[in-house]
Amino acid sequence: MTLSPGTKVRIKTMAPLGHIRTPHYLRGKTGVVERVLGPFKNPEQLAYMVPAPTRTLYRVRFEMGHIWPDAEAPQDTLDAEIYEHWIDQDAP
Amino acid sequence: MPHDHHDHDHLSPSGHPYRKDNDGQLTYWQTMEIAIRELMVEKGELTPAQIQAQIDAMDARSPANGAAVVARAWTDPEFKQRLLENGSDAAREMGFDIGPMHLVAVENTSDTHNLIVCTLCSCYPRNLLGLPPDWYKTREYRSRAVREPRAVLREFGVELPADMTLRVHDSTADMRYIVLPARPEGTENLTAEDLAKLVTRDSMIGTGLPKAP
Repeated sequence: MTLSPGTKVRIKTMAPLGHIRTPHYLRGKTGVVERVLGPFKNPEQLAYMVPAPTRTLYRVRFEMGHIWPDAEAPQDTLDAEIYEHWIDQDAP
Repeated sequence: MPHDHHDHDHLSPSGHPYRKDNDGQLTYWQTMEIAIRELMVEKGELTPAQIQAQIDAMDARSPANGAAVVARAWTDPEFKQRLLENGSDAAREMGFDIGPMHLVAVENTSDTHNLIVCTLCSCYPRNLLGLPPDWYKTREYRSRAVREPRAVLREFGVELPADMTLRVHDSTADMRYIVLPARPEGTENLTAEDLAKLVTRDSMIGTGLPKAP
C-alpha cells in the first residue's frame, strides 16, 4: 500500500550494518510524507550486486525542532528520501 | 568556512597551504580500476578514445547548464511549472542529458529558502552544475548543513530573516536537487541570456543568492 502525501510516518530505529541510505539522525523521528517518488530498486542491496526488490521511495519532511531540540529556527524543515522498509507503519 | 585553513604551519608565499602530494601507493580500489580498465581495452570492450571522450564530457558540464535552466524558468512560466513538476523532463527538454538521475527543483520564494546537501556522500546534480566544489563533499559541510544550516548560511554571507522558512534537502537516495533561486529585483527587462549570467553555482545549491543586475 502506497502512503499518500500528508501521512504522518515514523522512521524505524533499526541499525543494520552495511550500505544504508537512511541517515542515523533521522532514525526514530517522525515526519510527514511530502511526495511519493515511485518505485526504485533497493540500493541497500544493489550496492552488493545481489537481486534487489523494488521499493517505494518517499520524500519525508521533518521539523528541525523535532530533530534537534536546540534548533535555531524550529519551524525550518529537513526533507530526505526514505525507502518504504524504513517506515514504521505500525507506529501510532 | 569555504576558506578556513586549519594548518597554518605550511603556507605557500601566497598564504595558502600546500596541498599534500598524492604520490603514495595506489589503494586497492585504484589498482582494481586500472586493472579492469586495461583488461577491457585489451579485450576490445572499450577504446582509450571512448574513455577520454567520457572524461571530456564529464569535465565539460558546468553551472552554465543549470543557469540556463534557471533563466528559462524565470522568463517562461509554463516551463517553470514543468520544471517544478518533473525536473528531469524539463532539463531534457532543454537538451541536458540527465542520464538515469531524477531531478527535483525546489523554488526559493519571498518566504522560503532551500539548501541542498548530501549527508551520506556527495550526491550533486552534476549534469547541470558540473563537478561539486570541494567543500560540498567535506564532513563539515555535510554534517553542519543539517545540524545548524542557518549558521552555515551566515558563513556563506546569507543571513535569512527569522520569519523565512529554511528547507534543507538531504539527497539520500535516487533524487538530485537544484535550487530555483528567486529572480532578483530590477531584472524585468533582461533577456534569459543576460539573466543566466546572474545565476551562480552557489545560488543553485542554496548557499548563495543570484547576483544583482
